[in-house]
Amino acid sequence: VGLRAEEEVASMAFTLYSLIQTAILCTNAVAVLHEERFLSKIGWGVDQGVGGFGDDPGVKAQILNLIRSVRTVMRVPLIIVNSASIVLLLLFG
Amino acid sequence: MDYTATQSGFRQRKLQPNMRLRNTSVDGPEGSQLFEDTSGPAAGSQTGYSNQPAGPQAAGFPAQSILSDPMSNLAMAYGSSLASQGREMVDKNLDRFIPISKLKYYFAVDTLYVGKKLGLLVFPYMHENWEVCYQQDTPVAPRFDVNAPDLYIPAMGFITYVLVAGLALGTQNKFSPELLGVQASSALVWLIMEVLAVLLSLYLVTVNTDLTTIDLLAFSGYKYVGMIIGVVAGLLFGRLAYYLSLLWCCVAIFVFMIRTLRLKLLSEAAAEGRLVRGTRNQLRMYLTMSIAAAQPIFMYWLTYHLIR
Repeated sequence: VGLRAEEEVASMAFTLYSLIQTAILCTNAVAVLHEERFLSKIGWGVDQGVGGFGDDPGVKAQILNLIRSVRTVMRVPLIIVNSASIVLLLLFG
Repeated sequence: MDYTATQSGFRQRKLQPNMRLRNTSVDGPEGSQLFEDTSGPAAGSQTGYSNQPAGPQAAGFPAQSILSDPMSNLAMAYGSSLASQGREMVDKNLDRFIPISKLKYYFAVDTLYVGKKLGLLVFPYMHENWEVCYQQDTPVAPRFDVNAPDLYIPAMGFITYVLVAGLALGTQNKFSPELLGVQASSALVWLIMEVLAVLLSLYLVTVNTDLTTIDLLAFSGYKYVGMIIGVVAGLLFGRLAYYLSLLWCCVAIFVFMIRTLRLKLLSEAAAEGRLVRGTRNQLRMYLTMSIAAAQPIFMYWLTYHLIR
């Protein structure tokens, strides 16, 4: 028979909470990328993103733009959200 | 009472940023109403009420003794004005977070539209014209155009999918009420992730399209119809029927998505006429194909555990 019913469905089940966790972890991962030490070394720095002008930025430029804007915008909210989740995890496990 | 005034106030506020609107005028004289006005007798009595402040007493309410007291009259008037103020405030604030007036557009459907759309989802091969009709730069409401996306079918499909999943699990003796919630939240999470992935890829490929987030939500929700058909066929006729009907619905959804998205994502390149660089055009084609191909994958992933 194997797993019980709840386990079997829950093995592929997601909850909204896991979605929030995934979002926090992914945003943390993007925010941790350091500009000088890492991104410039692999050719993904801010200055290498803006290519030609015109209406076709290209996929790489869009990705670099996205990374830069996530790092700029989400720095402070991430501090708050991470602290809140640390406190909650300590209290409620 | 003031409802029409509030509506036109909303309309003017939204017209200024010159965004593409979906809330066509509710009281449009040219027949572009979102919803039919079924408030005929009530509207008449309401105008009668506002014209004659002494109306209630003249109309002969049964509880005349309460209403004839001036203090309770005052209290009633004050209470109703408070309630309408509160409602206006809630409407205004809620509209900032959830675009309710835009959502209304997606639920302006009727039975004929739903029937035609369901037929289109299962058999899209005979339909020729996939363009969405526009009316003065705003899309026509779904009840007038079978190609327009709506949220009624996806919402109903989602709920029906959860119920059918519960039924299917019950036939395997695995049912418990918590499982309904687990199924619902799991399907919802997959839906949200799919919409976010599509949004991200649309951003990366810089497609200038007029697809809104709610449009993408609607398109991603159309696959529930195929899933329900597959699961019900599997419950009634066994595993072979499940696989066959799921295969048919997967191919149908694939063709439907490609034909619908082709006009929205690739239209700029095709309509402009000038030579677009090959890689970008190719990227858009790949994007359309992958969005369409993701639908059958999800359809199988979300239903295979229901038919054992």
